[in-house]
Order: sequence, then C-alpha cells, then structure tokens
Amino acid sequence: MPLLTADDVHLSFGETTALRGASLHVYAGEVLALMGPSGSGKSTLLHCLAGILTPGAGSIRYGDRDLARMSDAERSTLRRGEFGFVFQFGQLVPELTCLENVALPLRLAGAGRRDAQRSAATWLERLEVADLAGKRPGQVSGGQGQRVAVARALVTEPAVIFADEPTGALDSLNGELVMKLFIAAARDTGAAVVLVTHEPRVAAYSDREAVVRDGRVREQEPAR
Amino acid sequence: MSVGFALLGLLENGPRHGYDLKRSYDEAFGRDRALHFGQVYSTMARLLKNGLVEVESEPGDGPERKKYAITDAGITDVADWLSRPEKPEPYLQSTLYTKVVLALMTGRDATEVLDAQRAEHLRLMRVLTRRKNEGDLADELICDHALFHLEADLRWLELTAARLDRLAARVRP
Repeated sequence: MPLLTADDVHLSFGETTALRGASLHVYAGEVLALMGPSGSGKSTLLHCLAGILTPGAGSIRYGDRDLARMSDAERSTLRRGEFGFVFQFGQLVPELTCLENVALPLRLAGAGRRDAQRSAATWLERLEVADLAGKRPGQVSGGQGQRVAVARALVTEPAVIFADEPTGALDSLNGELVMKLFIAAARDTGAAVVLVTHEPRVAAYSDREAVVRDGRVREQEPAR
Repeated sequence: MSVGFALLGLLENGPRHGYDLKRSYDEAFGRDRALHFGQVYSTMARLLKNGLVEVESEPGDGPERKKYAITDAGITDVADWLSRPEKPEPYLQSTLYTKVVLALMTGRDATEVLDAQRAEHLRLMRVLTRRKNEGDLADELICDHALFHLEADLRWLELTAARLDRLAARVRP
C-alpha cells in the first residue's frame, strides 16, 4: 500500500485552477521528484499531500486515513510527528542558534531540553555542520543554513519529508552538497522524500519522477 | 583525436615505456574506455615519425622495452594544443527535434515523445549521480560534465513541451 495517495485532487484559488484531477502515489522510503514547469501545480500538490492545503475535491490519504476527515489537531499532530519539511529558504528561527533550531521539533513534541539538544547535535554532525551549533541563522551561509534546515526536518525521523526546491537559492556546488547529504541521510532513516524541483540535476537524486502539467500528473511507475 | 596529445603530454614529466604510458593514460583519462596496447604503440610510432618523441635506447632490450621521451617539438605541440580552444559543439542537427516535428505532422502525441525522452535522460542522470557520489574527484568532474549536458537537453525538452501548440500550428498540414 502506498504511504501517501492523492486521488483525483482538484483545487482552485479563486478563478485560478491549480489542480484538475491530480493523482499520485508515494511509497515508503522512496525519493520521488515532482517536476514540471512553473505554475504547473507541483508546489500546490506538495502542500495538499502534506496536509497544509485541503483539496476542493478528491482525497489525500496517509496510509488509509483521509486527511480531510481529520480534525485540525489530528492533522497538526500528523505533520509534527510523521512529516518533515525543507523549503527553498531554510525558514530557521533567527533568534535561536542552529542547535536550538534543530532541537525545536523535538521540544515541541515534548522532549526534554538536554535530550533534544543531544539529538540535534548528532544531526548537525550528520549534515557536516556541527561547528555551527552555537551560531544564529544570520551568521551562516545559504548552503550551511539549508543543511541545518535538513537536520531540523530529519531530527524527528519522520516517515515523509517534503522538500520544495531545497536547493533553489543555492549555487550548483552548494546545491549538490545539500542534496548529497540530504538524500543519504533520508535513505539511512528510511524516510520517503517528495522533492519538488525544476532542476534536472536535483531530480537525478530521486528514484523516480512524476511530471505535473496543467494541474495533472503523469507518474512514472515505481521499479519493483 | 586527443589521445596523441594526451600521451605526449604524459611524457613531459619524464620518459616512459609504452606499458607505463598506457597505465598512466587509463588511470587519468581512460576510466570509461581504456587504451589498447596496439593503439599506444601505433600512436607512438606516428609521434616518432613526426619528430615529437624520440626513443631512448636501453641496450639489450627488445622493442617492447622502448622508452619514449618527448622532444622540444613535442613540448611545443602540447603547448599549442592546450592553448587552442576546442570548437563548441553546434548541436544543430537534433534527432529529437525531427522526432517532435514528425510526431506533430503525423497527428501523433508529441508529448509522449518528450516524456519518454525525459525519462530516459533522467535514468542516465541517476546512474551518473550515483557514480559521482560514490567516486573520487575525477569521477565527480567527468560525471558532472555529462550531467550538465544532459540537463541542457532536459531544459530543451521542457521548453519544447511548453511550445508544442505553437509548433503544431506551424508544421501541421
């Protein structure tokens, strides 16, 4: 059974139709690239899959649970516990150190400060940015910030990581390093990755691709 | 081809036997296509004839123990070659373009041509990405060169996909 399923999803923003019958499957542990031109609906689909946007019609299922039928609180719990997020810009909390940023999801889930920071330190090391632990996001480079953001997404060991153009703001060399460390770490934890990208070299880190065009998806069959 | 220049260049750091030369070449440039011994010896024979290398004789040794050394003319040739830019590939005869136009002309789905090609390109890009991430710096640079070219093709595929309606209007009878 797929881990995540989008089934005939429609979504409009006012007059603009973003998704018109998008269907997609995400399997446990796979890295899936969502490709397609700007405005094709790929980011909107990602936000639907992650339970951030609710489809106008059609359904999103996590396992056998329909996201639209969950309460807001249940959806938040799901997002916090099972999902991780990496965006184009790290969206780190500027007032916290890098270590505190990575520890934050664990603290929100109820972990004690010392345990959370110990795990966070391990993840910073895994992403080769251990030396940034005490720095604030404003004091690190774009590529370093993205690696901290990846550590933060992985620290709860989620089942799915949603990454929306994670290297979009980086040059090729830094982008490659982020992808290499990110995908290796995700594979180690067994997390599935849904990767929105318009860069073929980033998509080449995936196991298969799905192309979003005019709000619909052409999905490559998984290799079995 | 550049094999001659590469072998010549490898001699700049000191004279070598044919076997040694082949090994150095394979290590530095021949990861995907190692040289045949025959190719090394025929190339050296040509370079010898053109006065770009000379043979240092080792008394009592057979012909396979010849040690080659670069001449001054050879060094000049290497320098000229290095300073001469390679001609950029013009990429103007595209089979893909022909396929797309023919699909449109004959009322077939050109999107399928483009999608099938994208999938094939990405398949190769995945192989190269794995190889470069598991390999050393040489693997990284060699694979990156191929990856950037494949990426350029893919960008063209996307642009063409976005312009199919306009192209169809032009080429359909």
